[in-house]
Amino acid sequence: MIVLTVNGTRHELDIEPETPLLWALRDEVGLTGTKYGCGIAQCGACTVHVDDQPVRSCSLSVGDANGTKITTIEGLSPDGSHPVQQAWIAEDVPQCGYCQSGQIMAAVAFLKAIPKPTDADIDENLTNICRCGTYPRLRAAIHRAAAATNG
Amino acid sequence: MGHIEPTSAALGRRDFLVSAATAAGGLAIGVSIPGMAAGLPLPGQTWDDDAPAGEVNAWIVIEPDESVIIRVAKSEMGEGVLTSMPMIVAEELACDWTKVRSEYASSNRNLLEQGVYKSMLTGGSSAVRASRPYLQQAGASARARLVEAAAKRWSVPSADCQVANGVVSHKATGRSLTYGALAGDAAKITLAQEPAIKTPDQFTLIGKPTARLDSKVKVTGEAIFGLDIRLPDMVYAAVTTCPVPGGTVKSYDAKAILGHRGVQSVVALPNGVAVVADRFWRAKQAALALPIEWNPGAGAGTNSAQFREDYRAALKGPLQNAKTVGDTEKALGEGKLIEALYEVPYLAHATMEPLNCTVHLQSDRLDIWMGTQAPDITMGLAAKTTGLKPEQIFIHNCYLGGGFGRRAINDELVQALAVAKTVGKPVKLVWTREEDMRHDRYRPQAAIAFKAALGKDGMPTAFTAQTAVGSIMQSIKGMLDFPMPPGVEPLAVEGLVNMPYAIPNIKVDAVLKNTHVPVMFWRSVGSSQNAFAVESFIDELAHEAGQDPYQFRRKLLEGKPDFLRVLDMLAEKANWSQKLPSGKGRGIAIHESFGTIVGECVEVAVDPKGKLRCERVVAVVDCGHVINPRNVEMQIESGVIYGLTAALYDEITVKDGAIEQGNFDSYQMVCLADSPKIETYLALSGGTKWGGIGEPGTPPIAPALCNAIFAATGKRVRELPIKNTDLGNRV
Ligand code: FES
Ligand code: FES
Repeated sequence: MIVLTVNGTRHELDIEPETPLLWALRDEVGLTGTKYGCGIAQCGACTVHVDDQPVRSCSLSVGDANGTKITTIEGLSPDGSHPVQQAWIAEDVPQCGYCQSGQIMAAVAFLKAIPKPTDADIDENLTNICRCGTYPRLRAAIHRAAAATNG
Repeated sequence: MGHIEPTSAALGRRDFLVSAATAAGGLAIGVSIPGMAAGLPLPGQTWDDDAPAGEVNAWIVIEPDESVIIRVAKSEMGEGVLTSMPMIVAEELACDWTKVRSEYASSNRNLLEQGVYKSMLTGGSSAVRASRPYLQQAGASARARLVEAAAKRWSVPSADCQVANGVVSHKATGRSLTYGALAGDAAKITLAQEPAIKTPDQFTLIGKPTARLDSKVKVTGEAIFGLDIRLPDMVYAAVTTCPVPGGTVKSYDAKAILGHRGVQSVVALPNGVAVVADRFWRAKQAALALPIEWNPGAGAGTNSAQFREDYRAALKGPLQNAKTVGDTEKALGEGKLIEALYEVPYLAHATMEPLNCTVHLQSDRLDIWMGTQAPDITMGLAAKTTGLKPEQIFIHNCYLGGGFGRRAINDELVQALAVAKTVGKPVKLVWTREEDMRHDRYRPQAAIAFKAALGKDGMPTAFTAQTAVGSIMQSIKGMLDFPMPPGVEPLAVEGLVNMPYAIPNIKVDAVLKNTHVPVMFWRSVGSSQNAFAVESFIDELAHEAGQDPYQFRRKLLEGKPDFLRVLDMLAEKANWSQKLPSGKGRGIAIHESFGTIVGECVEVAVDPKGKLRCERVVAVVDCGHVINPRNVEMQIESGVIYGLTAALYDEITVKDGAIEQGNFDSYQMVCLADSPKIETYLALSGGTKWGGIGEPGTPPIAPALCNAIFAATGKRVRELPIKNTDLGNRV
């Protein structure tokens, strides 16, 4: 039995330990905000926090995630009020929107580690793919969120 | 596992979708998410238990709480139609914009009401261009009926009533009523005469930078894409399609996987095999483990090097003439002759959301949940595939995780229906990224040859273009058929025949030649390769003539004020006349597509080893008028990055008939670190021009970039992607 605590709720899952966390979240737990883009840790659409660390959930098995605390986009805030979500809305970041759960989860973890990032920090650390090319707005939104959080 | 509410057979109800609603603290998904409409129920239908009472007309519902629901008959794939189309309606409706929500229109209703929503196809950057007049009319008509409803209640002439912000008032008597209170009456009113619609000088909402209506649901994970659909009793299907496009299955050994946990059945498809299981991951793992033998078909043994030779050879003729002005043969013999060959590869769409769809097939009804660019066409395809009548088919369009043309033909639907016929339950069929990339319908490969003659003043006297390229119309025949004008397929020569430069002798010829690799529309279609070729070659001519590429284009654009306005603003905003240090370069390109002129100037830095960095892009746009300037910026940025990815990195290549690339490790994407600073400016010509905006940002970026590389290094890139050219050891 695999035990995951997802957004504060405990789940016991009777599934193969090699199941990627991504599919367990989407198809077992029923949280579809976390997206599938590549399955090979290339795109970041599946980014969630595992014990507060950003992880590409397509490439972590539930066996390895057993016993951890997981936060998905649905658990970031009850109403979209997290400063990063607010910055995203203010900068009109999403286009198709498909990559954005992963972008936001990656950005939240990044800003926790580097609260006042430079452009170079952003370039080096945020490697999620956006096929709609929202990068200029992503960058602006990260700076906006950093400013909002740091006053 | 979240508890899923069982439902009755009333499958079309709007609140049927269970999606991510869970007992586990997940967000329950309501029915009012913009774009999550399940195809609105029709009055009088048995499954219609929540028909909106305040429907003023097919486009507009006003609820008692003053919410204004505006229906959108196009698909939201990032291009912003769920915001820009409601803006057009609301401009005339004079409602309170903060109360507006958008919702997809029903394709089923479109069928039953003889095209009340007109064409529901989203493509060709046409959403706003084609629908603006009738959307304005829908808004104006609803407003007039709301006014008349109020006037009737007050027994005053409607001409004495005023409207603003969703309220009708009668100044003389100080009375007012809200739209919400009037909607029911308004729906019953027949106007003696349709009101006139506003002219652009009267717009107050159109033209104002406006935030997207779908941002919030896209930052919370609430937005429902096709991949997120979950239905009671649903099974999952993973497919393996023949690696060689056009091939078929010879045999497979179902026994090898039937014992795997959760695996329920193996279904033979015309072009592959599907594995059905209780979970997607189980289906996918089993599909990978399934031993299959293929009949590769006509594509067997082919490869990209051979295709390249074949396209070059095809240029030798016979060719079909697409345009002739003057006598190029004579003129080419008289000036300084310059020749060049440009080549581009097949390209994948690589939408961020891999193709997928969910179907529930019953004897007399079919429900489809997916992201489609063309619900009408999807309906026709489903009817043809199942034998059901179109009116028995209900399409629940979702948010599209990218489209770029790909989601106009639903290959995934055909496969899902084949599976559904055998399982008798709702089926969700998902393509892995690898399936998606290897079974795309690609941007055609092409070889484009130019000749030009320069006169004594350095200006071109003759220009010929010959293209050897795949025919899209031939490739998509039977799946998506459009009437085409006689002569050369326009998609093959767009960007060549309409090259704006005033050259006295011009000839454009084409030879259309397909391989077994299917081709179709890819963001900006023919312009994607032809703009690269033409705008690079024009740059070559400028340098051959010893002239500044901006001034050279300027002279050739004399008498074209719209082009000149864009070009001049581009030179100014991009600081064209300012010198750059060694190792840096600036390149310029201008191209008209989908009714919009876009000029782009790129600044690059190339280090001595040849490492390239695209640092700055300035874009100037003339789309005539603008609905939402903010969205224009977003679409230009998006188009630039999309074109940049293709220019720098991407090619789909074939080995032994199969597509070699399968995922983002072999089909690289521009990422944040590669992404240049992008500035967008408007140089609007107004008048009767309403240009598209989803695609025109893409064509100029590749040539502007390659022209900048030439300025920095002296190296001319004549084949894409650029990664295949060594930019080190500058000339
Ligand atoms: S789906 Fe996990 S990184 Fe792409
Ligand atoms: S917004 Fe579409 S992929 Fe990022």
